[in-house]
Amino acid sequence: MWAGINELMERIHASSSEEVVSEYFERIESSKLNAFITLSKESALLRAREIDSKAHDGSLAGIPVAIKDNISTKGTLTTCGSRILTGYVPPYDAHVIEKLKGAGAVIIGKTNMDEFAMGTSTETSFFGAARNPWDLERVPGGSSGGSAAAVAGGEVPIALGSDTGGSVRCPASFCGVVGLKPTYGVVSRYGLVSYANSLEQIGPFATNVRDVAALFDVIAGYDARDSTSVQREMNYSSELRNEVSGLRIGIPEEYFGEGTDENVEKAVRNGIHTLEDLGADLAEVKMPHTKYALSAYYIIAMSEASSNLARFDGMRYGLRTDDSDWHTTFSQVRAAGFGDEVKRRILLGTYALSAGYHDKYYLKALRVRTLIKQDFERAFRDVDVLITPTMPYPAFRLGEKIDDPLSLYLADVDTVPINLAGVPSISVPCGFSQGLPIGMQIIGRHFDEAAILRAAYTFEENTDFHTRRPGGI
Amino acid sequence: MIGKKDLEHMAWLSRLELSGEDKERYTPKLNSVLDYFSELDEIDTDGIEPAYHVLPVSNVFREDEVSVPTCSLSQEEALSNSPKKQDGFFKAPRMM
Repeated sequence: MWAGINELMERIHASSSEEVVSEYFERIESSKLNAFITLSKESALLRAREIDSKAHDGSLAGIPVAIKDNISTKGTLTTCGSRILTGYVPPYDAHVIEKLKGAGAVIIGKTNMDEFAMGTSTETSFFGAARNPWDLERVPGGSSGGSAAAVAGGEVPIALGSDTGGSVRCPASFCGVVGLKPTYGVVSRYGLVSYANSLEQIGPFATNVRDVAALFDVIAGYDARDSTSVQREMNYSSELRNEVSGLRIGIPEEYFGEGTDENVEKAVRNGIHTLEDLGADLAEVKMPHTKYALSAYYIIAMSEASSNLARFDGMRYGLRTDDSDWHTTFSQVRAAGFGDEVKRRILLGTYALSAGYHDKYYLKALRVRTLIKQDFERAFRDVDVLITPTMPYPAFRLGEKIDDPLSLYLADVDTVPINLAGVPSISVPCGFSQGLPIGMQIIGRHFDEAAILRAAYTFEENTDFHTRRPGGI
Repeated sequence: MIGKKDLEHMAWLSRLELSGEDKERYTPKLNSVLDYFSELDEIDTDGIEPAYHVLPVSNVFREDEVSVPTCSLSQEEALSNSPKKQDGFFKAPRMM
């Protein structure tokens, strides 16, 4: 059930998309992962038959794909993992959904996530936590935990997530799959429900780099409906080569600091040396403001969230409680509809933007963001890519951190600087610690996804970490 | 530090009704996060421009023309998810 796109294409040609899609549904229906919030079995099988009746054209013709539940799908419930969007059926498709449909992909369902993508474990979902296929008592990471768990569990070959501060890379790392956070602006955010819009991008998951590149090729591209969308024509799949000689790899020691698990550090350093043995050059780089990225990130993300989530008021969609006066009704709808973590972030974001505190928190964080961006610009003068751990440790236990928000935020220490700088980054499996996967993060210059995909592909071609599968599911 | 009065003010600004129990539970958690944020006081950012955008983007304009169906929803579609509506309008709670 872990077949890649090419193998599935062959099977679809030999039998049918309908048969392939049905097999995935069988697996999902006996799953313990809680990776999906909504399954679209009827429409998926209909679509598969439709594709079977045609000539199987399109780069993903007949291939099943799962979609994080904060990406709008016309006619299919979109909950953002929240009670406040109860019953919401988008009247339009996100840009990435239009693109996937155009490529012939078959959308099989919407995946579980932290409420409004606020979390690192998928435990804040109103629909219950998703589980890690490598150990059902552990989190799959977050916030796109359902998408990563579904791919790692063999319930779908490819999936989309969104990454605001690590929400694709973290679950990719914890679940032992590949996940890409593109350069800000490369994938349209039209139809992505906003959490922190200056930071987030939609990104692909798969069991291998080739499939991530194939899915990325489909979803990337200019869209006039997202004012931050960037005009660029690229074919990323054609850039994949098993070749890193002369590639300059920077190692920022700040990412291997206190709190990094020793097995994680060892696996990532071994990964770097694998690439060195294949011809890459290594250099130490200094990124002195890394330490401040976490605070700057959370202040900016919460501030943007407090504004973005103002739209959930029960008037146009979602939950509505009994009417009282204007203020009371909205306050009650939001109290009943949002979970604790979302409320805490709205409150802190409101605080950081409020009169008297705006300069101390929000404006200060934006200035620090400039310094972090400059750290990356300086580093990329001397090297082509940076390599770090994706997460400081492997997947933690369900319930282990959920009551202490700050300890959960600290888990994002290696992923958030990338979103502050807007650069692209990919997580690839690079080892195991007591049976749990470890992810290696490869970071590139703005718009240089080709370099990180090539490094990741070369690593994969010369190692076998990405071929191991969880046994107990 | 956020005290009870600050929290009530934030809750009012955010249109979030908080119970007494919520306030008790949230206050220490919010303060431990704010306390962590105070590490930013260490850095000198005088003269550093704030980064509102990571790329040199500028405002995007288009002709002021209706471009149905690509960018707009029909009235029926726009109202399709509204829990309360009347005569083709969203129905809001009373102002007073």
